[in-house]
Amino acid sequence: MHPLFLFLSFVALLSALGVVFAKNPVHSVLFLILTFFSLSGHYLLLNAQFLAAVNIIVYAGAIMVLFLFVIMFLNLNVDTEPHKPALARIAAAVAGGSLLLILVAALKDIVPTGVATGTPFNSQIGMVDQLGLKLYTDFLLPFELASVLFLIAMVGAVMLGKRETGERNF
Amino acid sequence: MIELPALGWQSIVIFVVFALSLLIATYCTYAERVIAAFLQDRVGPDRAGPYGLLQPLADAVKMFTKEEFFPGGANKVLFVVGPCLAMITALMSSAVIPFGNTMSFGNNAFFLQGIEVNIGMLWIFGVVSLGVYGVMIGGWASNNKFSLLGAVRAASQNISYELAMGMSLIAVLMISGTLSLREITLQQSVAGEWQMWNIVKQPIGFLIFLVCAFAETNRTPFDLPECETELVGGYHTEYSSMKLGLYLFSEYVNIFVVSAVMSVLYFGGFNFPFQYELRDWFVNSQGWELNSAQNLITLLGTVGIFLKIFAFIFFFMWVRWTLPRFRYDQLMRLGWTILIPLAVFNIVLTGALILFGVI
Repeated sequence: MHPLFLFLSFVALLSALGVVFAKNPVHSVLFLILTFFSLSGHYLLLNAQFLAAVNIIVYAGAIMVLFLFVIMFLNLNVDTEPHKPALARIAAAVAGGSLLLILVAALKDIVPTGVATGTPFNSQIGMVDQLGLKLYTDFLLPFELASVLFLIAMVGAVMLGKRETGERNF
Repeated sequence: MIELPALGWQSIVIFVVFALSLLIATYCTYAERVIAAFLQDRVGPDRAGPYGLLQPLADAVKMFTKEEFFPGGANKVLFVVGPCLAMITALMSSAVIPFGNTMSFGNNAFFLQGIEVNIGMLWIFGVVSLGVYGVMIGGWASNNKFSLLGAVRAASQNISYELAMGMSLIAVLMISGTLSLREITLQQSVAGEWQMWNIVKQPIGFLIFLVCAFAETNRTPFDLPECETELVGGYHTEYSSMKLGLYLFSEYVNIFVVSAVMSVLYFGGFNFPFQYELRDWFVNSQGWELNSAQNLITLLGTVGIFLKIFAFIFFFMWVRWTLPRFRYDQLMRLGWTILIPLAVFNIVLTGALILFGVI
Protein backbone atom coordinates (compact mmCIF):
# COMPACT_ATOMS: atom_id res chain seq x y z
CA MET A 1 0.00 0.00 0.00
CA HIS A 2 1.04 3.54 -0.63
CA PRO A 3 2.80 5.01 2.47
CA LEU A 4 0.82 8.26 2.07
CA PHE A 5 -2.41 6.25 2.12
CA LEU A 6 -1.35 4.54 5.34
CA PHE A 7 -0.42 7.87 6.93
CA LEU A 8 -3.68 9.55 5.90
CA SER A 9 -5.74 6.60 7.12
CA PHE A 10 -3.88 6.68 10.42
CA VAL A 11 -4.55 10.41 10.85
CA ALA A 12 -8.19 10.01 9.80
CA LEU A 13 -8.87 7.19 12.27
CA LEU A 14 -6.98 8.83 15.10
CA SER A 15 -8.71 12.19 14.70
CA ALA A 16 -12.10 10.50 14.28
CA LEU A 17 -11.50 8.75 17.60
CA GLY A 18 -10.45 12.11 19.01
CA VAL A 19 -13.84 13.58 18.01
CA VAL A 20 -15.61 10.96 20.12
CA PHE A 21 -13.27 10.86 23.10
CA ALA A 22 -12.33 14.53 23.54
CA LYS A 23 -13.78 15.96 26.76
CA ASN A 24 -13.96 19.51 25.41
CA PRO A 25 -16.50 20.05 22.58
CA VAL A 26 -14.27 22.65 20.93
CA HIS A 27 -11.49 20.04 20.73
CA SER A 28 -13.99 17.61 19.19
CA VAL A 29 -14.80 20.12 16.46
CA LEU A 30 -11.12 20.70 15.73
CA PHE A 31 -10.51 16.94 15.50
CA LEU A 32 -13.44 16.69 13.09
CA ILE A 33 -11.83 19.37 10.89
CA LEU A 34 -8.60 17.33 10.91
CA THR A 35 -10.64 14.30 9.84
CA PHE A 36 -12.06 16.23 6.88
CA PHE A 37 -8.54 17.24 5.86
CA SER A 38 -7.30 13.66 5.86
CA LEU A 39 -10.37 12.61 3.84
CA SER A 40 -9.51 15.34 1.32
CA GLY A 41 -6.01 13.86 1.19
CA HIS A 42 -7.59 10.51 0.27
CA TYR A 43 -9.57 12.19 -2.50
CA LEU A 44 -6.33 13.69 -3.83
CA LEU A 45 -4.72 10.24 -3.85
CA LEU A 46 -7.69 9.06 -5.94
CA ASN A 47 -6.99 11.95 -8.37
CA ALA A 48 -10.30 13.62 -7.46
CA GLN A 49 -9.00 17.15 -7.03
CA PHE A 50 -12.37 18.84 -7.39
CA LEU A 51 -13.97 16.71 -4.71
CA ALA A 52 -11.01 17.33 -2.39
CA ALA A 53 -11.23 21.12 -2.77
CA VAL A 54 -15.02 21.19 -2.44
CA ASN A 55 -14.84 18.99 0.65
CA ILE A 56 -12.50 21.52 2.27
CA ILE A 57 -14.53 24.55 1.19
CA VAL A 58 -17.95 23.24 2.18
CA TYR A 59 -17.22 21.14 5.26
CA ALA A 60 -14.06 22.57 6.79
CA GLY A 61 -14.58 26.12 5.55
CA ALA A 62 -18.29 26.68 6.12
CA ILE A 63 -20.14 24.00 8.08
CA MET A 64 -17.49 23.47 10.75
CA VAL A 65 -17.13 27.24 11.23
CA LEU A 66 -20.83 27.31 12.07
CA PHE A 67 -20.40 24.34 14.43
CA LEU A 68 -17.57 26.09 16.21
CA PHE A 69 -19.64 29.29 16.29
CA VAL A 70 -22.56 27.57 18.03
CA ILE A 71 -20.39 25.60 20.46
CA MET A 72 -18.48 28.73 21.48
CA PHE A 73 -21.77 30.48 22.18
CA LEU A 74 -23.22 27.62 24.21
CA ASN A 75 -20.04 27.48 26.32
CA LEU A 76 -20.34 23.73 26.91
CA ASN A 77 -18.00 22.23 29.48
CA VAL A 78 -17.95 19.40 32.00
CA ASP A 79 -19.76 21.37 34.72
CA THR A 80 -22.71 22.52 32.63
CA GLU A 81 -23.16 19.27 30.72
CA PRO A 82 -26.40 17.55 31.79
CA HIS A 83 -25.99 14.00 33.00
CA LYS A 84 -27.47 11.64 30.44
CA PRO A 85 -29.58 8.75 31.78
CA ALA A 86 -28.29 5.20 31.30
CA LEU A 87 -31.15 4.35 28.94
CA ALA A 88 -30.11 7.09 26.52
CA ARG A 89 -26.51 5.86 26.58
CA ILE A 90 -27.55 2.27 25.86
CA ALA A 91 -29.86 3.42 23.07
CA ALA A 92 -27.06 5.48 21.52
CA ALA A 93 -24.65 2.55 21.70
CA VAL A 94 -27.18 0.18 20.11
CA ALA A 95 -28.04 2.66 17.33
CA GLY A 96 -24.38 3.37 16.56
CA GLY A 97 -23.54 -0.33 16.65
CA SER A 98 -26.33 -1.22 14.21
CA LEU A 99 -25.15 1.50 11.82
CA LEU A 100 -21.64 0.01 11.95
CA LEU A 101 -23.08 -3.46 11.32
CA ILE A 102 -25.04 -2.25 8.28
CA LEU A 103 -22.01 -0.47 6.86
CA VAL A 104 -19.78 -3.52 7.28
CA ALA A 105 -22.43 -5.81 5.82
CA ALA A 106 -22.96 -3.51 2.84
CA LEU A 107 -19.28 -3.02 2.08
CA LYS A 108 -17.79 -6.45 2.80
CA ASP A 109 -18.46 -7.92 -0.67
CA ILE A 110 -17.57 -4.94 -2.86
CA VAL A 111 -14.82 -5.21 -5.43
CA PRO A 112 -12.96 -2.13 -6.70
CA THR A 113 -14.17 -0.86 -10.10
CA GLY A 114 -12.32 -2.38 -13.00
CA VAL A 115 -11.23 -5.50 -11.14
CA ALA A 116 -14.54 -7.30 -11.54
CA THR A 117 -15.70 -5.92 -14.89
CA GLY A 118 -12.31 -5.81 -16.52
CA THR A 119 -12.79 -2.21 -17.72
CA PRO A 120 -9.65 -0.12 -17.20
CA PHE A 121 -9.78 2.50 -14.43
CA ASN A 122 -10.20 6.01 -15.81
CA SER A 123 -7.80 8.18 -13.82
CA GLN A 124 -9.39 11.39 -15.17
CA ILE A 125 -12.85 10.62 -13.76
CA GLY A 126 -12.40 12.97 -10.79
CA MET A 127 -11.36 16.00 -12.84
CA VAL A 128 -13.65 19.02 -13.00
CA ASP A 129 -14.51 18.75 -16.70
CA GLN A 130 -15.31 15.01 -16.52
CA LEU A 131 -17.47 15.54 -13.46
CA GLY A 132 -19.25 18.48 -15.12
CA LEU A 133 -19.97 16.50 -18.28
CA LYS A 134 -21.40 13.66 -16.21
CA LEU A 135 -23.57 16.01 -14.13
CA TYR A 136 -24.90 17.92 -17.13
CA THR A 137 -25.68 14.86 -19.27
CA ASP A 138 -26.66 11.85 -17.16
CA PHE A 139 -27.82 13.66 -14.02
CA LEU A 140 -29.20 16.92 -15.43
CA LEU A 141 -32.62 16.84 -13.75
CA PRO A 142 -31.46 16.00 -10.19
CA PHE A 143 -28.65 18.51 -10.54
CA GLU A 144 -30.99 21.32 -11.62
CA LEU A 145 -33.50 20.44 -8.90
CA ALA A 146 -30.76 20.60 -6.27
CA SER A 147 -29.58 23.96 -7.59
CA VAL A 148 -33.13 25.35 -7.41
CA LEU A 149 -33.31 24.08 -3.83
CA PHE A 150 -30.10 25.95 -2.95
CA LEU A 151 -31.36 29.10 -4.64
CA ILE A 152 -34.59 28.94 -2.61
CA ALA A 153 -32.59 28.52 0.60
CA MET A 154 -30.47 31.54 -0.28
CA VAL A 155 -33.46 33.71 -1.18
CA GLY A 156 -35.05 32.64 2.10
CA ALA A 157 -31.98 33.73 4.05
CA VAL A 158 -32.00 37.12 2.30
CA MET A 159 -35.73 37.54 2.98
CA LEU A 160 -35.23 36.75 6.69
CA GLY A 161 -32.52 39.40 6.85
CA LYS A 162 -34.60 42.10 5.21
CA ARG A 163 -35.67 45.06 7.31
CA GLU A 164 -39.40 45.01 8.02
CA THR A 165 -41.44 48.18 7.59
CA GLY A 166 -41.23 50.38 10.66
CA GLU A 167 -38.38 48.34 12.21
CA ARG A 168 -35.49 50.38 13.59
CA ASN A 169 -32.40 48.98 15.23
CA PHE A 170 -30.83 52.20 16.42
CA MET B 1 23.94 26.05 -17.35
CA ILE B 2 22.87 24.08 -14.29
CA GLU B 3 20.22 21.53 -15.10
CA LEU B 4 17.44 21.66 -12.58
CA PRO B 5 14.83 18.94 -12.31
CA ALA B 6 11.29 20.26 -12.43
CA LEU B 7 10.73 19.63 -8.74
CA GLY B 8 13.93 21.47 -7.78
CA TRP B 9 12.90 24.44 -9.84
CA GLN B 10 9.45 24.43 -8.25
CA SER B 11 10.81 24.33 -4.75
CA ILE B 12 13.05 27.33 -5.54
CA VAL B 13 10.02 29.23 -6.87
CA ILE B 14 8.00 28.32 -3.77
CA PHE B 15 10.84 29.42 -1.52
CA VAL B 16 11.18 32.74 -3.35
CA VAL B 17 7.42 33.34 -3.27
CA PHE B 18 7.37 32.52 0.45
CA ALA B 19 10.25 34.91 1.18
CA LEU B 20 8.74 37.61 -1.01
CA SER B 21 5.33 37.45 0.67
CA LEU B 22 7.00 37.79 4.06
CA LEU B 23 9.19 40.68 2.86
CA ILE B 24 6.26 42.48 1.26
CA ALA B 25 4.15 41.96 4.39
CA THR B 26 7.01 43.38 6.49
CA TYR B 27 7.22 46.51 4.42
CA CYS B 28 3.42 46.77 4.32
CA THR B 29 3.59 47.68 8.01
CA TYR B 30 6.00 50.46 7.09
CA ALA B 31 3.95 51.54 4.06
CA GLU B 32 0.80 51.62 6.19
CA ARG B 33 2.37 54.16 8.55
CA VAL B 34 3.88 56.26 5.79
CA ILE B 35 0.59 56.36 3.90
CA ALA B 36 -1.36 57.10 7.07
CA ALA B 37 1.05 59.91 7.86
CA PHE B 38 0.75 61.28 4.34
CA LEU B 39 -3.07 61.18 4.38
CA GLN B 40 -3.23 62.80 7.82
CA ASP B 41 -0.53 65.37 7.05
CA ARG B 42 1.96 64.02 9.60
CA VAL B 43 5.65 63.08 9.36
CA GLY B 44 5.36 59.34 9.99
CA PRO B 45 8.21 56.97 10.92
CA ASP B 46 11.55 58.66 10.20
CA ARG B 47 13.83 57.70 13.14
CA ALA B 48 15.05 54.16 12.38
CA GLY B 49 17.41 54.30 9.42
CA PRO B 50 17.14 56.54 6.35
CA TYR B 51 13.48 57.58 5.84
CA GLY B 52 12.62 55.19 8.69
CA LEU B 53 13.25 52.20 6.42
CA LEU B 54 14.48 50.05 9.31
CA GLN B 55 11.23 50.58 11.24
CA PRO B 56 9.92 47.03 10.54
CA LEU B 57 13.17 45.63 11.98
CA ALA B 58 12.78 47.75 15.10
CA ASP B 59 9.18 46.54 15.41
CA ALA B 60 10.30 42.92 15.11
CA VAL B 61 12.87 43.38 17.88
CA LYS B 62 10.18 44.96 20.04
CA MET B 63 7.71 42.15 19.35
CA PHE B 64 10.22 39.38 20.05
CA THR B 65 11.51 40.85 23.31
CA LYS B 66 8.16 41.71 24.88
CA GLU B 67 6.77 39.60 27.70
CA GLU B 68 4.81 36.52 26.69
CA PHE B 69 1.59 36.55 28.62
CA PHE B 70 -0.95 33.77 29.09
CA PRO B 71 -4.27 34.96 30.55
CA GLY B 72 -5.64 32.99 33.51
CA GLY B 73 -8.04 30.21 32.53
CA ALA B 74 -6.90 30.29 28.93
CA ASN B 75 -6.64 27.09 26.92
CA LYS B 76 -2.84 27.08 26.59
CA VAL B 77 -2.54 24.81 23.55
CA LEU B 78 -5.21 26.53 21.49
CA PHE B 79 -3.96 29.94 22.61
CA VAL B 80 -0.69 29.16 20.78
CA VAL B 81 -2.34 27.30 17.89
CA GLY B 82 -4.55 30.31 17.00
CA PRO B 83 -1.87 32.72 15.71
CA CYS B 84 0.04 29.85 14.06
CA LEU B 85 -3.07 28.84 12.10
CA ALA B 86 -3.69 32.44 11.07
CA MET B 87 -0.17 32.68 9.65
CA ILE B 88 -0.17 29.23 7.97
CA THR B 89 -3.47 29.76 6.18
CA ALA B 90 -2.35 33.23 5.06
CA LEU B 91 0.86 31.87 3.53
CA MET B 92 -0.65 28.78 1.89
CA SER B 93 -2.67 30.50 -0.80
CA SER B 94 0.24 32.16 -2.65
CA ALA B 95 1.42 28.70 -3.83
CA VAL B 96 -0.91 28.58 -6.84
CA ILE B 97 -0.68 32.20 -7.99
CA PRO B 98 1.12 32.58 -11.34
CA PHE B 99 3.68 35.34 -10.83
CA GLY B 100 5.06 35.03 -14.34
CA ASN B 101 4.82 33.26 -17.67
CA THR B 102 7.23 30.61 -18.95
CA MET B 103 11.02 30.84 -18.61
CA SER B 104 12.86 28.70 -21.16
CA PHE B 105 16.49 27.61 -20.99
CA GLY B 106 17.45 25.47 -23.97
CA ASN B 107 14.78 22.80 -24.19
CA ASN B 108 13.53 23.20 -20.65
CA ALA B 109 10.58 25.44 -19.88
CA PHE B 110 9.53 26.45 -16.39
CA PHE B 111 6.57 28.31 -14.97
CA LEU B 112 7.16 31.17 -12.56
CA GLN B 113 4.53 29.68 -10.29
CA GLY B 114 4.63 27.47 -7.23
CA ILE B 115 2.28 24.70 -8.32
CA GLU B 116 0.24 24.64 -11.51
CA VAL B 117 -2.96 22.80 -10.59
CA ASN B 118 -6.22 22.75 -12.48
CA ILE B 119 -8.18 23.71 -9.36
CA GLY B 120 -6.18 26.87 -8.53
CA MET B 121 -9.24 29.06 -8.02
CA LEU B 122 -10.86 26.50 -5.69
CA TRP B 123 -7.61 26.19 -3.74
CA ILE B 124 -7.55 29.96 -3.14
CA PHE B 125 -11.19 29.96 -2.14
CA GLY B 126 -10.73 26.99 0.20
CA VAL B 127 -7.68 28.43 1.95
CA VAL B 128 -9.34 31.83 2.32
CA SER B 129 -12.35 30.16 3.93
CA LEU B 130 -10.01 28.45 6.42
CA GLY B 131 -8.43 31.75 7.45
CA VAL B 132 -11.17 32.41 9.98
CA TYR B 133 -10.10 29.48 12.18
CA GLY B 134 -7.01 31.27 13.45
CA VAL B 135 -9.13 34.20 14.62
CA MET B 136 -11.89 32.03 16.09
CA ILE B 137 -9.63 29.64 17.98
CA GLY B 138 -7.44 32.44 19.31
CA GLY B 139 -10.44 34.48 20.39
CA TRP B 140 -12.10 31.57 22.16
CA ALA B 141 -8.93 30.28 23.85
CA SER B 142 -8.25 33.72 25.39
CA ASN B 143 -11.05 33.21 27.93
CA ASN B 144 -12.13 36.83 27.56
CA LYS B 145 -15.57 38.01 26.53
CA PHE B 146 -14.26 40.75 24.27
CA SER B 147 -12.03 38.25 22.46
CA LEU B 148 -14.93 35.82 22.11
CA LEU B 149 -17.20 38.53 20.68
CA GLY B 150 -14.49 39.49 18.21
CA ALA B 151 -14.06 35.85 17.18
CA VAL B 152 -17.80 35.38 16.71
CA ARG B 153 -18.02 38.55 14.65
CA ALA B 154 -15.13 37.37 12.47
CA ALA B 155 -16.83 34.02 11.87
CA SER B 156 -20.22 35.43 10.92
CA GLN B 157 -18.67 38.16 8.78
CA ASN B 158 -16.44 35.75 6.86
CA ILE B 159 -19.22 33.25 6.21
CA SER B 160 -21.58 35.97 5.00
CA TYR B 161 -19.10 37.53 2.59
CA GLU B 162 -17.74 34.20 1.34
CA LEU B 163 -21.09 33.57 -0.37
CA ALA B 164 -20.97 36.74 -2.44
CA MET B 165 -17.27 36.24 -3.12
CA GLY B 166 -17.82 32.70 -4.38
CA MET B 167 -20.61 33.84 -6.66
CA SER B 168 -18.50 36.63 -8.15
CA LEU B 169 -15.82 33.97 -8.82
CA ILE B 170 -18.44 31.79 -10.56
CA ALA B 171 -19.05 34.60 -13.08
CA VAL B 172 -15.30 34.67 -13.87
CA LEU B 173 -15.38 30.90 -14.19
CA MET B 174 -18.26 31.15 -16.67
CA ILE B 175 -16.31 33.34 -19.09
CA SER B 176 -12.99 31.55 -18.66
CA GLY B 177 -14.18 27.93 -18.54
CA THR B 178 -11.24 26.84 -16.40
CA LEU B 179 -10.27 26.86 -12.73
CA SER B 180 -6.53 27.10 -13.43
CA LEU B 181 -5.22 30.57 -12.59
CA ARG B 182 -2.50 30.27 -15.23
CA GLU B 183 -5.05 29.49 -17.94
CA ILE B 184 -7.23 32.39 -16.82
CA THR B 185 -4.24 34.73 -17.08
CA LEU B 186 -3.23 33.48 -20.51
CA GLN B 187 -6.78 33.89 -21.81
CA GLN B 188 -6.69 37.59 -20.98
CA SER B 189 -4.03 38.25 -23.60
CA VAL B 190 -3.81 36.25 -26.81
CA ALA B 191 -1.20 37.18 -29.43
CA GLY B 192 -2.60 39.07 -32.41
CA GLU B 193 -6.02 39.57 -30.89
CA TRP B 194 -7.49 42.59 -29.14
CA GLN B 195 -8.18 40.63 -25.97
CA MET B 196 -9.57 42.47 -22.98
CA TRP B 197 -8.70 41.95 -19.34
CA ASN B 198 -11.51 40.43 -17.32
CA ILE B 199 -12.29 43.74 -15.60
CA VAL B 200 -13.94 44.91 -18.84
CA LYS B 201 -16.12 41.83 -18.99
CA GLN B 202 -16.81 41.63 -15.24
CA PRO B 203 -17.07 45.14 -13.75
CA ILE B 204 -19.88 44.21 -11.31
CA GLY B 205 -18.13 40.99 -10.34
CA PHE B 206 -14.92 42.84 -9.62
CA LEU B 207 -16.73 45.37 -7.44
CA ILE B 208 -18.34 42.56 -5.42
CA PHE B 209 -15.01 40.74 -5.13
CA LEU B 210 -13.27 43.91 -3.98
CA VAL B 211 -15.81 44.59 -1.22
CA CYS B 212 -15.67 40.96 -0.11
CA ALA B 213 -11.86 41.06 -0.11
CA PHE B 214 -12.00 43.91 2.39
CA ALA B 215 -14.37 41.91 4.57
CA GLU B 216 -12.37 38.66 4.33
CA THR B 217 -9.11 40.34 5.30
CA ASN B 218 -10.80 42.17 8.21
CA ARG B 219 -9.70 45.55 6.92
CA THR B 220 -11.38 48.88 7.62
CA PRO B 221 -14.25 49.64 6.89
CA PHE B 222 -15.07 46.01 7.79
CA ASP B 223 -12.64 45.46 10.70
CA LEU B 224 -15.46 44.76 13.16
CA PRO B 225 -13.66 41.74 14.73
CA GLU B 226 -11.01 44.09 16.16
CA CYS B 227 -13.20 47.14 16.65
CA GLU B 228 -11.38 48.88 19.50
CA THR B 229 -14.17 51.32 20.42
CA GLU B 230 -16.47 48.42 21.29
CA LEU B 231 -14.25 45.39 21.91
CA VAL B 232 -10.95 46.74 23.34
CA GLY B 233 -8.85 44.91 20.73
CA GLY B 234 -11.26 42.24 19.54
CA TYR B 235 -9.94 38.70 19.13
CA HIS B 236 -6.33 39.65 19.94
CA THR B 237 -7.09 41.58 23.16
CA GLU B 238 -5.17 39.09 25.32
CA TYR B 239 -2.26 38.54 22.94
CA SER B 240 1.17 40.02 23.43
CA SER B 241 4.69 39.72 21.99
CA MET B 242 5.20 37.76 18.76
CA LYS B 243 1.87 35.94 19.01
CA LEU B 244 0.19 39.32 18.52
CA GLY B 245 2.81 40.02 15.85
CA LEU B 246 1.76 36.91 13.92
CA TYR B 247 -1.88 38.03 13.92
CA LEU B 248 -1.03 41.52 12.69
CA PHE B 249 1.42 40.09 10.19
CA SER B 250 -1.01 37.54 8.76
CA GLU B 251 -3.37 40.41 7.95
CA TYR B 252 -0.74 41.95 5.69
CA VAL B 253 0.08 38.59 4.07
CA ASN B 254 -3.65 38.20 3.39
CA ILE B 255 -3.78 41.64 1.78
CA PHE B 256 -0.84 40.70 -0.43
CA VAL B 257 -2.46 37.42 -1.49
CA VAL B 258 -5.87 38.92 -2.14
CA SER B 259 -4.27 41.72 -4.19
CA ALA B 260 -2.42 39.10 -6.24
CA VAL B 261 -5.67 37.18 -6.79
CA MET B 262 -7.46 40.33 -7.95
CA SER B 263 -4.60 41.13 -10.35
CA VAL B 264 -4.73 37.63 -11.79
CA LEU B 265 -8.49 37.28 -12.08
CA TYR B 266 -9.46 40.76 -13.24
CA PHE B 267 -6.37 42.72 -14.29
CA GLY B 268 -4.56 40.35 -16.61
CA GLY B 269 -2.03 38.96 -14.14
CA PHE B 270 1.44 38.97 -15.67
CA ASN B 271 0.23 40.34 -19.00
CA PHE B 272 0.96 43.92 -19.93
CA PRO B 273 -0.10 45.95 -22.99
CA PHE B 274 1.87 45.46 -26.23
CA GLN B 275 3.93 42.57 -24.84
CA TYR B 276 3.83 40.59 -28.11
CA GLU B 277 4.74 43.65 -30.17
CA LEU B 278 7.68 44.28 -27.83
CA ARG B 279 8.83 40.66 -28.14
CA ASP B 280 8.58 40.76 -31.94
CA TRP B 281 10.49 44.04 -31.98
CA PHE B 282 13.33 42.45 -30.00
CA VAL B 283 13.38 39.44 -32.32
CA ASN B 284 13.04 41.26 -35.64
CA SER B 285 14.82 44.58 -35.12
CA GLN B 286 17.40 43.70 -32.47
CA GLY B 287 18.22 40.20 -33.68
CA TRP B 288 17.53 38.48 -30.33
CA GLU B 289 16.72 34.81 -30.08
CA LEU B 290 13.05 34.06 -29.54
CA ASN B 291 13.78 32.34 -26.21
CA SER B 292 15.71 35.22 -24.66
CA ALA B 293 13.15 37.75 -25.88
CA GLN B 294 10.41 35.61 -24.34
CA ASN B 295 12.36 35.37 -21.08
CA LEU B 296 12.72 39.15 -20.96
CA ILE B 297 8.98 39.59 -21.54
CA THR B 298 8.32 37.08 -18.76
CA LEU B 299 10.50 39.01 -16.33
CA LEU B 300 8.86 42.30 -17.32
CA GLY B 301 5.48 40.62 -16.78
CA THR B 302 6.56 39.58 -13.29
CA VAL B 303 7.49 43.20 -12.59
CA GLY B 304 4.07 44.12 -14.02
CA ILE B 305 2.08 41.83 -11.74
CA PHE B 306 3.97 43.12 -8.71
CA LEU B 307 3.19 46.71 -9.73
CA LYS B 308 -0.49 45.76 -9.94
CA ILE B 309 -0.27 44.10 -6.52
CA PHE B 310 1.38 47.17 -4.98
CA ALA B 311 -1.31 49.39 -6.48
CA PHE B 312 -3.99 47.25 -4.82
CA ILE B 313 -2.12 47.25 -1.49
CA PHE B 314 -1.97 51.05 -1.68
CA PHE B 315 -5.71 51.09 -2.38
CA PHE B 316 -6.35 48.96 0.72
CA MET B 317 -4.40 51.43 2.88
CA TRP B 318 -5.95 54.47 1.22
CA VAL B 319 -9.43 53.15 2.06
CA ARG B 320 -8.40 52.32 5.64
CA TRP B 321 -7.32 55.88 6.38
CA THR B 322 -10.24 57.47 4.54
CA LEU B 323 -13.45 55.63 5.42
CA PRO B 324 -14.94 55.21 8.90
CA ARG B 325 -15.92 51.79 10.22
CA PHE B 326 -19.33 50.28 9.45
CA ARG B 327 -21.80 49.41 12.18
CA TYR B 328 -22.31 45.68 12.60
CA ASP B 329 -25.92 45.56 11.35
CA GLN B 330 -24.94 47.70 8.35
CA LEU B 331 -22.18 45.22 7.53
CA MET B 332 -24.57 42.26 7.62
CA ARG B 333 -27.24 44.11 5.64
CA LEU B 334 -24.70 45.04 2.95
CA GLY B 335 -23.55 41.44 2.68
CA TRP B 336 -26.90 39.68 2.63
CA THR B 337 -29.37 42.07 1.05
CA ILE B 338 -27.16 43.94 -1.43
CA LEU B 339 -24.07 41.94 -2.40
CA ILE B 340 -25.63 38.47 -2.69
CA PRO B 341 -28.60 39.55 -4.87
CA LEU B 342 -26.18 41.65 -6.93
CA ALA B 343 -23.89 38.62 -7.38
CA VAL B 344 -26.82 36.45 -8.49
CA PHE B 345 -27.84 39.18 -10.94
CA ASN B 346 -24.24 39.31 -12.21
CA ILE B 347 -24.26 35.56 -12.86
CA VAL B 348 -27.55 35.82 -14.80
CA LEU B 349 -26.23 38.82 -16.75
CA THR B 350 -22.97 37.05 -17.60
CA GLY B 351 -24.90 33.97 -18.72
CA ALA B 352 -27.13 36.08 -20.97
CA LEU B 353 -24.14 37.94 -22.46
CA ILE B 354 -22.36 34.64 -23.19
CA LEU B 355 -25.55 33.20 -24.69
CA PHE B 356 -25.92 36.15 -27.07
CA GLY B 357 -22.25 36.09 -27.92
CA VAL B 358 -21.38 39.53 -26.57
CA ILE B 359 -18.41 38.34 -24.46
